[in-house]
Amino acid sequence: MTTSPHLLAPPARRVRRHLLSSADLDRAQVRAILDTAAEMHGVQQREVKKLPTLRGRTVVNLFFEDSTRTRSSFEIAGKWLSADVINISGKGSSTSKGESLRDTVLTVAAMGVDALVIRHHASGAAHQVSQWVDAHVVNAGDGTHEHPTQALLDAYTMERRLGDLQDRHVVIVGDLTHSRVVRSNLITLRTLGARVTLVAPPTLMPSGIGAWAAADGFELSHDFDAVLPTADAVMMLRVQRERMSGGFFPTPREYTVGYGLTRPRLDALMSANADAVICHPGPMNRGLEISPDAADAASSLVLDQVSAGVAVRMSVLYHLLAGNDEGEDS
Amino acid sequence: MLAPRDRVIRHEDYALRWSRSTSFNDLSCEAGKEVLAPVRPDSAVPRPVDASSKAPVTDLPAPSADSSRTVLSASDVSRALRRVAHEILEHNKGGADLVVLGIPSRGVALAKRLAAVMESVEGRPVPVGALDVTMHRDDLRRQPTRSPMHTDIPEPGIDDKVVVLVDDVLYSGRTVRAALDALSDLGRPRAVRLAVLVDRGHRELPIRADHVGKNLPTSGTERVAVRLLEHDGVEDQVTISAGESR
Amino acid sequence: MASLLITGADLLGRGPADLLVEDGVVTEVGTVRSAKGADVLDADGLVALPGLVDLHTHLREPGREDAETIATGAAAAAVGGFTAVLAMANTNPVTDTAEAAERILDLGRATGLVDVVPVGAVTKGLAGEELAELGLMHRSRARTTVFSDDGRCVSDARVMRRALEYVRAFGGVVSQHAQDPHLAGPQACAHEGELSGRLGLPGWPGIAEESVVARDVMLARHTGSRVHVAHVSTAGTVEVVRWAKAQGIAVTAEVTPHHLVLTTDLLAGYDPVFKVNPPLRPQEDVDALRAALADGTIDAVATDHAPHARHDKEHAFVDAAFGMLGLETALSVVSDVMVGSGLLDWAGVARVMSQAPARIAGLASHGGSLEVGDAAHLTLVDPAAEVTVDRGASLSLSRNNPWHGRRLRGAVHATVFGGRVTAQKGALA
Repeated sequence: MTTSPHLLAPPARRVRRHLLSSADLDRAQVRAILDTAAEMHGVQQREVKKLPTLRGRTVVNLFFEDSTRTRSSFEIAGKWLSADVINISGKGSSTSKGESLRDTVLTVAAMGVDALVIRHHASGAAHQVSQWVDAHVVNAGDGTHEHPTQALLDAYTMERRLGDLQDRHVVIVGDLTHSRVVRSNLITLRTLGARVTLVAPPTLMPSGIGAWAAADGFELSHDFDAVLPTADAVMMLRVQRERMSGGFFPTPREYTVGYGLTRPRLDALMSANADAVICHPGPMNRGLEISPDAADAASSLVLDQVSAGVAVRMSVLYHLLAGNDEGEDS
Repeated sequence: MLAPRDRVIRHEDYALRWSRSTSFNDLSCEAGKEVLAPVRPDSAVPRPVDASSKAPVTDLPAPSADSSRTVLSASDVSRALRRVAHEILEHNKGGADLVVLGIPSRGVALAKRLAAVMESVEGRPVPVGALDVTMHRDDLRRQPTRSPMHTDIPEPGIDDKVVVLVDDVLYSGRTVRAALDALSDLGRPRAVRLAVLVDRGHRELPIRADHVGKNLPTSGTERVAVRLLEHDGVEDQVTISAGESR
Repeated sequence: MASLLITGADLLGRGPADLLVEDGVVTEVGTVRSAKGADVLDADGLVALPGLVDLHTHLREPGREDAETIATGAAAAAVGGFTAVLAMANTNPVTDTAEAAERILDLGRATGLVDVVPVGAVTKGLAGEELAELGLMHRSRARTTVFSDDGRCVSDARVMRRALEYVRAFGGVVSQHAQDPHLAGPQACAHEGELSGRLGLPGWPGIAEESVVARDVMLARHTGSRVHVAHVSTAGTVEVVRWAKAQGIAVTAEVTPHHLVLTTDLLAGYDPVFKVNPPLRPQEDVDALRAALADGTIDAVATDHAPHARHDKEHAFVDAAFGMLGLETALSVVSDVMVGSGLLDWAGVARVMSQAPARIAGLASHGGSLEVGDAAHLTLVDPAAEVTVDRGASLSLSRNNPWHGRRLRGAVHATVFGGRVTAQKGALA
């Protein structure tokens, strides 16, 4: 990782109060977060893995949807910055009975919380919560909408392998309609100047994707093989077999043949570009969207992503919480 | 080049001046007034200061709100660093077990220069690196978040070494305190010393530098600016200007 | 009851005239020289319309009296200029029996503020399978004529056909909430398009409404029955209705005030106050709906007033309840957007907010033309009044008001129900 240039450059506009969407970060801010993450990564290698920076601050992981991996990543990140971290499992109330989401969140925030890390099954939940509380809100995944820290750690991991992502071609394949990872990755990769192509059958592309692609400058394709040879990075998304019952695709077999990273496709990718990188945000369906050979090739990155996840989340918590609260956008 | 004895005299003189007043506050002027003249580069003897009279002792025009005054030119900086490097070696009785760590951002360039001088004197390399202290500062909540800079601890680490911290300006002392905290997370040095290019007074903590390039009494409203060739792309200089307190 | 003399009102935009009301009936129109013992209401500068009639209101009683009661809903209606409201059947228990319909009628009568006309469910329990006791409800004191499973769609074609055929016997009409459940399921909550894709909200495509409306107008033609399309929301539905009317099919249609103004862009902040079924659509659809209302393809404005307790809205967007308040703001919205833009004149407003709905619902005493002999239900409107909507100042028990903070031009000045002033300038009289 290169060091930040020691020039008299103006400091990046500070990261805003919340991290709700990958669109909240401009290029300089993404750069600042990733560079700080590299320093945090260094801290992880030391014997004393603690920094005193967020001492006395309280971070609550309020997870309405289970996710051991993401939650423990945020927990370690907060603890290594000396913050007090509390995990609360929120009751998802999907009917109009019971405590409203607002009441649940206000009760937690009333305990005197500096940051709320929210994961929820409903799109937009983090955004709504940020309207109700004074605490800083970090979106740890809301429905099928976004997962900004995942996109940051994916970008971090890719950068470590590929270097600068400017003009690199990243191909994302899979169930785009139901994926929050793709929305955030799309935004962050474009912010870093990468070229992005989304590949999926028409039934797995979100509505209005054509207008969206035109507006935001990314490409679409239903033909994985045509796009594969020019890829610097291929990100395979998990496909849920339950989607079959919604009629999104006929059979797993047909999906794999058309859109899976099969052994022949892996070979084609490697012969076109030996430095190409394979990512998978996990968990993987070996044999469905990704063949065992490709999964093993990807596996080497999965562990990178885990340690990157802690470093990136330390960086996000630092940038949101360490400084003063003046002069920020609401 | 001054004889070693003269250098010692000057050092003592600075020490005397320092001890005569409780802090630089006495010698520096109130806001908006003149600043004591710096010692002129090629005089061997410091200009005497009459602490009892507040008459301005300066042969240079007082800085107005927009103007700045050079207190160290490139050659001054170079000489000061050479002297400091020699002092460090002298105090340490050689270069053994020294690790020089610069505090970003400009402290790193200064550390490298010091290490280069020491290497030329001792004939063997001195480990040099960088120690970012942002994450250990006690005043983070008073300002917008700053990105930490790069920390680079050279092999073979700092355990049982004599660490020389290097920074460009010593002011409140909080940066150095943060550096001491950061060091304690990295290992256990045998001793820690501090070398700075400029000491401008106004300590808020009981911190002092072991090696100083230039003592520069200032008022709290003045601004000290350091420029280094490898960092700023211009000739080395240290300037002081009236303006907002840093 | 004291007589009421209204002086100098602009009658349906035809020109100023006096109106004398005695014993709940309009007895004189024109220049009224004397009226002994009458209360005088100076209506100089005001427009007089026949009392507004709402084809589509949710009064929540019985079952959700925490959100609204018939009394509070009637008060909101009176303040909004309404003299009759049709109360939808999706209460708890559902209004699918004669007894349930009569109970609502009686509770409405007790308020003395508006005529509350119960709508009967099409199917038992709104389950969409078996017809409810449509005939008995019609024979009851409630004289139920409009039937609707609103909230749900009568999606089974056979059930819809049977319902259309059955009500033909007594001139009834089925009001259809058009939403194909396979194209827009219970989670669907945002217009399916670019924004719903970006926001990650389950899409509710326009075709889910249009395909049902297309089927229903063909069924209406086949059975020779009347069918009514509730809350039209897309340009495609307008096209189908326009075609059907051209064929002479007995179809009528209504549009809500919010679908005439608010667009799907408002969902970007995930504020559940904008969550409604059918969802807010893009500007192209809004423009088509306004044009259709102006040219008569859409017959009426109906509020779909849907009060919700605060905690039912304070959830994540996909979990929050559907619906917006509408009774107190409807006239101001129509005045601001339709009269203000020149798409409708005041006679047109009378048509879409009183006469057409009264005709569709078969309410003989409402929706007149302010002539001698008419029942004295009328609404006085100040066309120049500027109002800034304050959700806190509502007579409804609920606060899910999407118009809060908006400035609208035109407001109800007074409402007269059966010769009595029930509301004046935003408060009950």
